[in-house]
Amino acid sequence: MPAVMFAKIADWGRSQSLWPMTFGLACCAIEMMATGASRYDVARFGAELFRSSPRQSDLMIVSGRVSQKMAPVVRHLYDQMPHPKWVIAMGDCASCGGIFNNYAIVQGVDKVIPVDVYVPGCPPRPEALIDGIIKLQKKIAAEGSKEGER
Amino acid sequence: MAVRLTEEQNLVLNMGPQHPSTHGVLRLVLELDGEIVVNCKPVIGYLHTGFEKTYETKTYYQGVTLTDRMDYLAPLSNNLGYALAIEALLDVEIPPRATVARVLLAELTRLASHLVSVGSHAMDLGAMSVFLYCFRERERILDVFEMCSGQRMMTSYIRPGGLAQDLPPGFEEAVRAILEVMPARIDEYEALLTKNDIWRDRTVGIGTLLLDDAIRLGVTGPSLRASGGDFDLRRDRPYCGYEEYDFQVIVGSRGDVYERYLMRIREMRESVKIVRQALDRLPGGSHITSDRKVAFPPRSELATSMEALIHHFKLATEGFRVPAGEVYTSIESPRGELGVYLIADGSSKPYRLHVRAPSFANMQALPVLARGGLVADLVAIIGSLDPIFGEVDR
Amino acid sequence: MTDQAATEPTQVEPDPVLVRVREEFGEQVLDSAVEHDQPTFVVDRADLLRLAAFLRDDPELRFIRMSDLCGADFLDVEQQLNRRARFEVVYHLHSFDLKRWVRLRVPLDEDDAVVPSLTGLWPAANWFEREAYDLFGIRFAGHPDLTRILMPDDWEGRPLRKDYQPPREPHEWSFNPEEWQQAVQRGS
Repeated sequence: MPAVMFAKIADWGRSQSLWPMTFGLACCAIEMMATGASRYDVARFGAELFRSSPRQSDLMIVSGRVSQKMAPVVRHLYDQMPHPKWVIAMGDCASCGGIFNNYAIVQGVDKVIPVDVYVPGCPPRPEALIDGIIKLQKKIAAEGSKEGER
Repeated sequence: MAVRLTEEQNLVLNMGPQHPSTHGVLRLVLELDGEIVVNCKPVIGYLHTGFEKTYETKTYYQGVTLTDRMDYLAPLSNNLGYALAIEALLDVEIPPRATVARVLLAELTRLASHLVSVGSHAMDLGAMSVFLYCFRERERILDVFEMCSGQRMMTSYIRPGGLAQDLPPGFEEAVRAILEVMPARIDEYEALLTKNDIWRDRTVGIGTLLLDDAIRLGVTGPSLRASGGDFDLRRDRPYCGYEEYDFQVIVGSRGDVYERYLMRIREMRESVKIVRQALDRLPGGSHITSDRKVAFPPRSELATSMEALIHHFKLATEGFRVPAGEVYTSIESPRGELGVYLIADGSSKPYRLHVRAPSFANMQALPVLARGGLVADLVAIIGSLDPIFGEVDR
Repeated sequence: MTDQAATEPTQVEPDPVLVRVREEFGEQVLDSAVEHDQPTFVVDRADLLRLAAFLRDDPELRFIRMSDLCGADFLDVEQQLNRRARFEVVYHLHSFDLKRWVRLRVPLDEDDAVVPSLTGLWPAANWFEREAYDLFGIRFAGHPDLTRILMPDDWEGRPLRKDYQPPREPHEWSFNPEEWQQAVQRGS
């Protein structure tokens, strides 16, 4: 019993203090910056610090289109993140390739890394990204962090 | 007698493509002697999207949505460059209301872009507050864009022929509200940075670009003007009636990071002036050309005129045709000369559309500027060149 | 675009840039025209360097800035669009004095798509030429580092060619940290 309760509290703690990695690729990155800025202020939701190093972050917000050259780098960065980790595919390009159905863009970052929450939009409004983060928080609280499963 | 036990070698360090200060997906292979950069090789292409190939498969009207995503900090600028290239070949008359509105929106975009540029440059060097203040103003400008087009960033609002829709009611009040606060806010940013000793220590004398090098490397925009290049397409090759506006082209002389920062700050003030003039002279009238072979007829006509219905159908399915020819038009985007080279073949899709991205050329100056400086200076230099990788890699 | 002498719509005087270039190069300019205030010269690649240097250094012209350089592929439409070969490299040079651009076009055959590099005249040409090489396969003789710039180094095919077929299977990515480290050591 205490172990389960402790796990639940730990998961709650993790969900309320998700630290994203600064992984802005394209236009969605600007909206991600706006989400972190003063009007939308994602710090209210626990994402206080955007860590630059994947080793110190637990959330990767793939914001922008993933090109063929960038795909192995995305995978490498994902592998460098320690468990537990989550991924939000922000925007249409990260979710499904977006408006670029061509030779250069990977049709969705879920072809490279597992994704937890997809946030549609081109780019999604900051409120939409915050909605995605809150959904992820609920998902973590409901499912736990599934350590060692990925 | 000393015995050399170790061999000295320069350190080869990889910076990026994921890095907080590279302003996007830039990879730099640095050769370092301690902290000093001996050589710096940029590797780009991490955001290559195949825009030019995609344009060839979309009609001219559909292509507007793609243009926003290249230089994604100044989407309306891209829209404008694209529209001007097509209109040069189409030879349509753009109504005055659309022309003045285009200037207004282009300058608001320049303002928004410089705000992010100065803000993120400052944040890279440690001044977090400037970033938050700049984004506060930018949100107000994005509110205006959202009011016009429904989208904050990727507005696709400037289309070949004019504007996508007429300016909404409340537009003038919103822009005047921005103009009321803006010059004072720019003073705020200057108060935080311009005479700040720490800022000056990190930027004065760093990354000096000589004018000759700048011209030979193809650098344009604030970076060229900071080195003394008196060249601004709005004045030297005016488009959209820029010759009728009273504004100054800001030219510096020292060519270092500090000077490039000052260029952007002063250009923001000039943009505010131009927006005010454009708003004052905004005429009434139509927002798009009346040539029905190019622009959609107004909805009210569709119920009564068969011809309007046919035009609408043709435009929606096939798109308008551009007579065969080629043209190179360029505008002054916030980063420099944004050129569009269009080869049209008489059909409704471009045969070849090449975009000359200012950041692509500006980035070639990076190895020249970085050599001999510290790694910390590299961060300042990249921020001052203000590259946007959507347009570098296209 | 015309094949004959330059079009002069309603001007009384012929275009000064056109006159100056014809004075100096005469027959070596294959085509010339002025449209939208932009003179265009079509030259053979053997004359490219000389013409570009002339445009840059002549005191009356002073096209000292290279604005743009790109490739174009006219597969199957050479007749329709009045082009002399499948590929063309298009250069745009800019003069601060004249406040104008000039366009140079060099036609290249499909199996011999090599053209002299202009990096000696303008360092700005460096990345533009690499991009044309990457996306079209046009080679630039004398370029200091002609490698792919936008596509991954191991990509096959030239994406912007009209007959390019994207790979049917998704690109097999493999990430080998040792290879990455070795590439960093090589400086590439």
